[in-house]
Amino acid sequence: MSTPYAKLPAWADYGLIPLINLLVAFLVAGLVVLIVGENPLRAAAILVDGAFGRGQYVAYTLYYATNFIFTGLAVAVAFHGGLFNIGGEGQAYIAGLGVALVALAFDAYLPWWLIFPLAILGAAAVGGLWALIPAYLQAKRGSHIVITTIMFNFIAASAMVYLLVDVLKPAASMGPETRAFAQAAWLPKLNWVIELFGAKIRSAPLNLSFLLALVMAVVVWALIWRTKLGYEIRTFGFSPKAARYAGINETRIIVVTMMISGALAGMMALNPILGSEHRVQLDFVTGAGFVGIAVALMGRSHPLGIVLAAILFGALYQGGAELAFEMPAISRDMIVIIQGLVILFAGALEHMFRPWVQTVFASLAPRTAGLEPAKAEAR
Amino acid sequence: MDVVVQLIDATVRVSVPLLLACLAGLYSERAGIFDIGLEGKMLAGAFAAGTVAALTGSAWIALFAAVGIAVALALVHGFASITNRGNQIVSGVAINFIAAGSTIILGQAWFSQGGRTPSVGGDARFGAIELPGAAALRDVPVLGPIYSEIISGQTLLAYFAFAMVPFTWWVLYRTRFGLRLRAVGENPAAVDTAGISVPWLRYRAVICTGILTGFAGTYLALSQNAGFVKDMTAGRGYIALAALIFAKWKPVPAMWACLLFGFLDAISIRYQGVAFPGIGRVPVQLMQALPYILTVILLAGFIGKAIPPRAGGVPYVKER
Repeated sequence: MSTPYAKLPAWADYGLIPLINLLVAFLVAGLVVLIVGENPLRAAAILVDGAFGRGQYVAYTLYYATNFIFTGLAVAVAFHGGLFNIGGEGQAYIAGLGVALVALAFDAYLPWWLIFPLAILGAAAVGGLWALIPAYLQAKRGSHIVITTIMFNFIAASAMVYLLVDVLKPAASMGPETRAFAQAAWLPKLNWVIELFGAKIRSAPLNLSFLLALVMAVVVWALIWRTKLGYEIRTFGFSPKAARYAGINETRIIVVTMMISGALAGMMALNPILGSEHRVQLDFVTGAGFVGIAVALMGRSHPLGIVLAAILFGALYQGGAELAFEMPAISRDMIVIIQGLVILFAGALEHMFRPWVQTVFASLAPRTAGLEPAKAEAR
Repeated sequence: MDVVVQLIDATVRVSVPLLLACLAGLYSERAGIFDIGLEGKMLAGAFAAGTVAALTGSAWIALFAAVGIAVALALVHGFASITNRGNQIVSGVAINFIAAGSTIILGQAWFSQGGRTPSVGGDARFGAIELPGAAALRDVPVLGPIYSEIISGQTLLAYFAFAMVPFTWWVLYRTRFGLRLRAVGENPAAVDTAGISVPWLRYRAVICTGILTGFAGTYLALSQNAGFVKDMTAGRGYIALAALIFAKWKPVPAMWACLLFGFLDAISIRYQGVAFPGIGRVPVQLMQALPYILTVILLAGFIGKAIPPRAGGVPYVKER
């Protein structure tokens, strides 16, 4: 069977086509703005200014991006293993428990630089374990991982509501949340980095987790492309059959991949809990787990792409908040539409424009498009 | 007795949207197209129903609008997963987000009531239908309350939902379309060899899904409530999906699965915080999570084995 699509140069494959998909997604989003009765160009201008116009805004953009880097990496690692982890939301939510237990137990005794590594371990362990059950069921019992991870999102949400309302809430408190951590457990802010560039920041939640996210992006890159395990994960994702023939243990790959994915999603909990709110609140994930899907698809499952896509979505979140002030008709829910459109065009419809791009390339230079008969057959 | 009747009545009421969505998913998944987007189509349908009912005052026009929107979204899913051979899960997730976001944005822009549509009443809703003799039979022991409370007094859409169960069974197992539908979900190549168009068959399946999710949305907006409320599906699309797996993709078990999950929902609403003898107080969150936990246990193969349609989730590529 021949591949239906001929080869494009790498820059077109990883740059041009995602860009076209993204543009179409934003065009459709612009249509929605038009339907609502606002000017899409003005909305876009406000959005960009709201995301990058001041140091304050940039800090917020990067704060949101931190969440999305973690969840995007989580989805991407699973993608490389041919697994669809839709459960990032639940893994991050329940991982809040790991962070909370560490912080609540040690905030009276330890400084932040000892609590932070412990909290990373706590978050990663809880998130990873939450992903372990669906992974094990997929590997051993053949239960579809998409369905089980969706179910685990709901189970995590119910469990956290129960824990926050009935167990972790201090007696004197009204809201369903843990007590505030002592200041010793707070992560240092990174706002001064932006202030180095001459901007003034009143208060923004950007904190050390952002650096951790960047470190994790590098770690994931090294893991996927520079280690034996990463090679096995990619082999398994590309062809489970080939992996089996190569003597790769299927169960081990599924379980390890999903646990890494769950651990990455879990680390997302550090950013809002330890870095910004200093307590665990109801629904602190606010959909970041799902944004991770869009981010991973847009970033083509490459850490660099994911960081860029996460910053884009961070900008949408922050800019969207400013936009809601200027145009009350366009609330933050606009982001949810954009997110859906990005998932649709960059994910499900990623090949829609490919034949068209290929035709253009072929007519420009048949050689670079790889459309010579010999080459096309070789694929 | 009264309590039991009320509980069953509540069960039936909350089961209807689940059942409609579950049967909707059944058509699509039996044809080999996974549909995570039931939730989104239901939500968009509910919004369309609420909007059009508020504008026209007619429940029937609202129903048409809801079906229209849900079918349109179903066709997007079809276009992505059948024509473009995209990832069906990704496409379903996308539709859920698009529906979740746009219903709030448009609702706020058009009605400015915080994402709600204006409350409607009278002809703009599908109200309860009193079956003949319900009042007269009320005092007959046992059968009286069952007939007058549970069977009578449901809305037209509820009767439609339960009528769809035998109808779907008949379509699936007694018609040519049904045979082909099941075949295309198991082995599309065989269907193709027989000279039947796989894409067209699958498109018809997703259209059926769209129609039924439109009904489910209309029920939520115009029978259970008096208008659209933001996020009113509240995960029902996923519960319906769970019920579909629980029912092993068969119509009659689908009804029982939906009634079971509806029953859990009805109990958790009614007995919130009440202590059961011997068990103590069951956290309401546990009751809410129970459908999901049960589905996971089922999927793990501990209570029977759920085997999905073999070609489910795999785009069909014609041999060339």
